[in-house]
Amino acid sequence: MTTIAIHNGRVIDPALGQDGIADVVIVDGRIARVGPGEGDAVIEAERIDATGLVVSPGFVDLHTHLREPGFEGKETIRTGTEAGARGGYTTVCAMPNTMPPLDSRAAIESVLREVEVSAKIRVLPIGTITVGRLGKELSPQGELQASGVVALSDDGDAVADASLMRHALEYSTRFNLPVAQHCEDPSLVRDGQMHEGWVATRLGLRGRPASAEETMVARDIALAELVGAHLHICHVSTAGSVALIAAARERGARITAEVTPHHLTLTHEEVAFAEDYVHIGYNTNAKVNPPLREETDLEALANALRDGIIDAIATDHAPHGVNDKAIEFDLAAPGLTMLETAFGLSMRLVHEGKLSLPTLIERMTIGPVRTWRLDEIPGLQGLGTLAPGALGDVTILDPDAAWTVEPEAFASKGKNTPLDGKVLKGRVVATIASGRIVHETERMVAL
Amino acid sequence: MTSTASVPTTEDGRRAGGAWNHQHVLDLDDFTVEEIESVLHLADRMREVLDRRIARMPALRGYTVVNLFYEPSTRTRVSFELAGKVLGADVISVTANTSSVVKGESLIDTVRTLRAMRADAIVMRHSIAGAPYLAATNTDASIINAGDGAHAHPTQALLDLYTIKSRLGSIAGKRVVMIGDISHSRVARSDMWGLAAMGAEVVLCGPPTLLPRGLRAQDRPPHAEAALPHVTIETDIDRAIEGADVVMALRLQSERQQGGLLPSIREYAQLYQVTEKRLAKAKPDHVLMHPGPKNEGIEIAGSVAAGQHSIIEEQVTNGVAIRMALLYLLSGRTDLPTDGEGRA
Amino acid sequence: MVNSAPILDTQAVRRTLRRLAHEIVEANQGVDDLVLLGIQRGGAAIAQRIANDIEEIEGTRPGVGSLDVTLHRDDLDRRHPTPQPSTLPDIDGKVVVLVDDVLMTGRTIRAALDALNDFGRPRIVRLAVLVDRGHRELPIRADIVGKNIPTAHEDNVRVLLQEEDGRDAVIVLPGRMES
Repeated sequence: MTTIAIHNGRVIDPALGQDGIADVVIVDGRIARVGPGEGDAVIEAERIDATGLVVSPGFVDLHTHLREPGFEGKETIRTGTEAGARGGYTTVCAMPNTMPPLDSRAAIESVLREVEVSAKIRVLPIGTITVGRLGKELSPQGELQASGVVALSDDGDAVADASLMRHALEYSTRFNLPVAQHCEDPSLVRDGQMHEGWVATRLGLRGRPASAEETMVARDIALAELVGAHLHICHVSTAGSVALIAAARERGARITAEVTPHHLTLTHEEVAFAEDYVHIGYNTNAKVNPPLREETDLEALANALRDGIIDAIATDHAPHGVNDKAIEFDLAAPGLTMLETAFGLSMRLVHEGKLSLPTLIERMTIGPVRTWRLDEIPGLQGLGTLAPGALGDVTILDPDAAWTVEPEAFASKGKNTPLDGKVLKGRVVATIASGRIVHETERMVAL
Repeated sequence: MTSTASVPTTEDGRRAGGAWNHQHVLDLDDFTVEEIESVLHLADRMREVLDRRIARMPALRGYTVVNLFYEPSTRTRVSFELAGKVLGADVISVTANTSSVVKGESLIDTVRTLRAMRADAIVMRHSIAGAPYLAATNTDASIINAGDGAHAHPTQALLDLYTIKSRLGSIAGKRVVMIGDISHSRVARSDMWGLAAMGAEVVLCGPPTLLPRGLRAQDRPPHAEAALPHVTIETDIDRAIEGADVVMALRLQSERQQGGLLPSIREYAQLYQVTEKRLAKAKPDHVLMHPGPKNEGIEIAGSVAAGQHSIIEEQVTNGVAIRMALLYLLSGRTDLPTDGEGRA
Repeated sequence: MVNSAPILDTQAVRRTLRRLAHEIVEANQGVDDLVLLGIQRGGAAIAQRIANDIEEIEGTRPGVGSLDVTLHRDDLDRRHPTPQPSTLPDIDGKVVVLVDDVLMTGRTIRAALDALNDFGRPRIVRLAVLVDRGHRELPIRADIVGKNIPTAHEDNVRVLLQEEDGRDAVIVLPGRMES
């Protein structure tokens, strides 16, 4: 019987509408009680003093690349989940673009076996939409759901063929699985390397236009509405996409969406300019698909996040090795390492007054959970909340602590961040997953 | 520049390129006007050297230049080879293959290996934009960009500036029109920087599908207004050429038609070929330029390429002089590492 | 600039140049095939002056030009001076007299002899200098010398000319200077 008592923190539980000073008591891996003085009422416990800190449900990421099996050089389930723990995440959904891709029961079960052995936090698998992610044949959605997948995605690539996407959406209605699409029309992005705009012109790089995303968002919304399926738009990046999603939701369509911390805070200028507009660079650590866009897009995304048009922040954590990034821009792999900086980077919106802290926490906890109905999965009731009986997933935060990003110190094997040396304001101080402390910046437990 | 100022004696000339501050030549966007002027001035001297009966001097003896070309090129490679050889440098040309990079040595490793072999300058041509920048941040050899993807070709721009200046006397206030596939042209981009810095009026002309985004000032946010030079965009060739002092035709690659960017080469030639008839709208004493190699009958009429306004061949000769000037300026840095024998 | 008494004042410079003109003509037994090449930068104006004097003396002007030797120097490792223009008349088969203001190590003259090869093949090459200050590092000797001035290695000899500096003078600045 292990008991943890977290004393005196500002408890923010958006699902229950709670925001006030209280204690949280965790017993045997589940939330027991939350309220002022509850911690004092417990006689024997590991005690954490959370005075001046924020206590929130553990973060939930709908979009993580753990790279195992197949790309263990970039990340493993062990290192990726360790990184998640440091970032305040207690649940991550693992994207299936592994080698082999997760398009069968055997592949899913092998991942879950490894998760059992080496994962530091909860890992929920995502299955592919098409066999091998090749965009030609439907994956066995029933078999995948029975194996434990919580959603379907070919992320990394879009399902380009409209007819096949229609069928995938239509078929998914039997299983009520979200179909999460990486919306970028391959014929419009071709060999584009960054956002099509004036920075790409300055750098002489081919661009990926915003309309490459918007055309597919529009297309797939229409298809989802046609068949009544749940379409989830991965990593929304443009103002145009936001407008399409808002209109669709207004009509009552089952469209959900996520946005990444980097698409909310970094523009395409990150690729080219470090100090001034005179000297350019080609920062492969700012190369990501969909690409970082323009100020007007960031503004629209932040407003959509605030207003709930976008329900969730998702990291799209994409670790890569040095050999994939310290090369010519066109050859560099797209993607950023994000689990360990997601909270700090997202806090920029709070510090700039664009988002309140409780809303941010909502979009990182109950928001993602409800988006994919994760709390309807047996054993995961109460996920994303601090309701009594819910899983003992708690994240303790210092929203004002400044810290410098040092990639070499990351738990993730992926050091590919554009934030190297930058100062972020907002830090995860401790993470408790299923009632065990999986991360603490300094020894939090007082006796 | 050396930090120990020596009092000039009569055996010492004035310090070269007083404004020169570069370890690398990557693009003209970070060159000051003084630096450009200093290169052009030095190129004058080098040009005269090329006309001597025996044009060989020991100025760069012991200086090693490696041409590292990931993209084939005969003219630029030969131009750099000659530039080095006239000044007595050792020049080695290496053809690398981008596909072999995947299997073999990375760009960073290749550049480091060359430096370990005591290469002083690496002239790089690559099909991917930014490759020389990657090299420059990973070695202290001097990197000279001989063309990186669609991004830049600074030595071409400098020789164009030099050619215009020596033919027209000055660049400021001149109307310079570049016609062709602007979006894929590294020549247009570097020229744009150089011409704008020197005060020319720059007009870029081409079909809408071959004009890049963000070139009009209103296409970028106010805080980034100076991030690209001021140019005029024009899709009508007659309006563009009107009153031009300099008309520059850019090569059209046949792949553009295959990529769906143009209906046909024939249509392109009808709408955008530089012909005598169209040049009648330019200033009477205009000059005609082309970075080469030219497709006569496509972007430029044969009669025009060989006509009295054409200074295309001068561009080529001036190219050697400009490259000589750059090698001379780059080798004059005194902060190069020595190998113990004091050889900087 | 240190205000020291000049080794040669205006009068002395002019007389010396006049004497050099006479000696050059005497050695050549006239003006035929004679070409004076001033070594940039110090020798160019001097060559012009001497040519003027020769014209006054003989009634005929010899060929005159300037020769830049920067790119032929052997000490470019450290210093990269800007080359100056070289303007030469035809020198094939001619009697070329290299003219410089100060002769010291001899390296400039060695470079000049190399540079001459770029332009043609003189019959004879002679050297005339206004000042020889010693400290030769190569076996080079001037045929015609204006004045021998013994100096310390670290001294600085400046030749001032009307055309550039507003007056004619030769001054020696003693002291520690990097060579």
